[in-house]
Amino acid sequence: MNEQLKTDPTKPAQRMRAGGMTITLLPWIIAIIAMLLLPKIFTNNSALTIMNQMSITIIFALAYNMLLGQGGMLSFGHAVYAGVGGFFCMHIMNMSDFFAAMPLPILPLFGGLFGMGLALIVGAFSTRSAGTVFAMISLGVGELIAASSVIVVAFFGGEEGISGDRTYAQPFFGVEFLQQEEVYYLTAAWVIISAALMYAWSRTPVGRMANAVRDNPERAEFLGYSARWVRYYSFVASGFFAGVSGGLFAINYEILTEENLNAYSSGIILLVTFLGGVGFFFGPIIGAIVFTLVQTVLSLQTELWAFYAGSLFVATVMFFPGGLAGLIMMHVPAIKLGKWRLLIVPYFKTLLPAAIGILGLCALIEMIFHYRHGATGDNEMTLFWTTFDSHTIMPWIIAGAIAAIGIGIAKMTAPDLKDAWNEANTMGGQS
Amino acid sequence: MSTPALELSGLKKSFGKAEIIRGIDLSIGKAERHAIIGPNGAGKSTLFNLITARFAPTAGTVKLHGENLAGLEPFQINRKGLSRSFQITNIFPKMSVFENIRCALLWSNGYKYSFWNIVNRQRQLSEQADAILDQINLLGRRDLPAGTLSYAEQRALEIGITIAGGADVIMLDEPTAGMSHSETDYITDLIMKVTEGKTLIMVEHDMGVVFGLADRISVLVYGEIIATGKPEDVRGDAKVQEAYLGAALEEEH
Repeated sequence: MNEQLKTDPTKPAQRMRAGGMTITLLPWIIAIIAMLLLPKIFTNNSALTIMNQMSITIIFALAYNMLLGQGGMLSFGHAVYAGVGGFFCMHIMNMSDFFAAMPLPILPLFGGLFGMGLALIVGAFSTRSAGTVFAMISLGVGELIAASSVIVVAFFGGEEGISGDRTYAQPFFGVEFLQQEEVYYLTAAWVIISAALMYAWSRTPVGRMANAVRDNPERAEFLGYSARWVRYYSFVASGFFAGVSGGLFAINYEILTEENLNAYSSGIILLVTFLGGVGFFFGPIIGAIVFTLVQTVLSLQTELWAFYAGSLFVATVMFFPGGLAGLIMMHVPAIKLGKWRLLIVPYFKTLLPAAIGILGLCALIEMIFHYRHGATGDNEMTLFWTTFDSHTIMPWIIAGAIAAIGIGIAKMTAPDLKDAWNEANTMGGQS
Repeated sequence: MSTPALELSGLKKSFGKAEIIRGIDLSIGKAERHAIIGPNGAGKSTLFNLITARFAPTAGTVKLHGENLAGLEPFQINRKGLSRSFQITNIFPKMSVFENIRCALLWSNGYKYSFWNIVNRQRQLSEQADAILDQINLLGRRDLPAGTLSYAEQRALEIGITIAGGADVIMLDEPTAGMSHSETDYITDLIMKVTEGKTLIMVEHDMGVVFGLADRISVLVYGEIIATGKPEDVRGDAKVQEAYLGAALEEEH
């Protein structure tokens, strides 16, 4: 059998690296087809807006992972490159003569170039070292530029930000981008191009050396590469794609504010990237999709969405350091051994009760929130299509019981799942 | 006389008040195999670090093929044809064995910081990497993460990384440290094979390896070279026997 299968299945991090970033083409083709078909399925404008937001986040998160996952640079201020790229695009939109002669689809390119320009300047001093020094400089520069937004009002527009109108651009083969669907396809095209380019980047000599410098900068120096220059190139490339995402933001929302620059946005993209998994190229894509769904769909259901997003993040970091992508790739050895079927029933037995138990827990949290913050006299709340009085004892007992029983069953069946997991990842035996 | 491959003159290094290297003059010729021996704490690794600019010397010069290396960064020195290994295994543990070697090949093959080549498409590069893997007997481990190899294999990989770039001056810092007898023999043969025609400078504790490999030996004691010469001369040197070798040889018998 294949030697690769001998790596320790209990150490996903180790195997994660073993697989490296080699991906077959098929999932990408499926993803592209799905991307092109989605607007035919979800036709309403709010769904298109969510999907556009997803696309923008995908590019930004992939750009961010060029630093974090591939280059080992933890940035706390990467939103400024997207933001500044976006602000420049906004100003181009407002340059009526120039903009009227320019087809809208090339606007993000300008966002990228300006994001890259800023990265060229900042990177010159921030990439001297990785680690804490880099993180602190990124935080400082991020705050500095975010603070400038209320100082340099002419450029950043102060608190109101800068707005414009994308439809003033030169029509692109007759398309004026009045419809949300047209914007969707523009954004989707940029996602595909950007993702392909960023993947290609990771396969070039400088991209490979970014990995080497991440793992062992000293050794890389004794191989003829300056760790600093390798980091600088990654940083500049990442700034470019962050700027592209900023340009797409400008096209989609037609407004940019301080929020596009601040530490909160920088923190979110770190969270998105980590949630998806920094060890795989496609990790940030999954992170962006999941996080955008939580942010948009879940936030319509509950005010506490950020609480759940935070819990999901903490759980991921604690239990699956490889992120959601790592979680998926954990199953590759079992699939290669042809024993993944062994996992279906145990998963069903453990994960279903666990999910129900967690929903019970969420119900308790929602009830506490309603009990504490609901308007006086408004005792009725609706949860999971059930309307009840949160000030009576019965719903509490029911929710508590569901949570306890669900999690209890999951705990009981967990050892079986573990056995099945070990069995599925061991060579030989019945399959 | 041709210029020596490596020439040290008046090399000194102090850390605060502690003088670790106290004035070293040494000339190592082309294609010579030179071993540096000495008791623990004599400053052998520090000397290596001075030559490769991991540390800056307090005084003195290092010349590679007659060219002064003062003020150069490690990566610049490497590009001039000097490559080194480390006493503590220093590889890219999360990358595959193959990629470790390929990274070591990139600069010398002129890829530099290019982002217009896809490395997997460079067939010649892959062939070169595989040839080196074959040479260091790690072809069977090609796609494993380097961190999962056994200790001896990691040391072999380290040597592979060191020689891959085609440097003509190779410096090995205790290549057989912590190895069993059979592993030591394996690494010694390997070093013989891969440094053919190149200048080799090695720090080594194992006297069997030293006397088997070296053309000349320098004995470093308390930051000074007390003797340099052919193995048999050094072995016979009274000062050396007193300071170091005597005790070590007695131990062996």
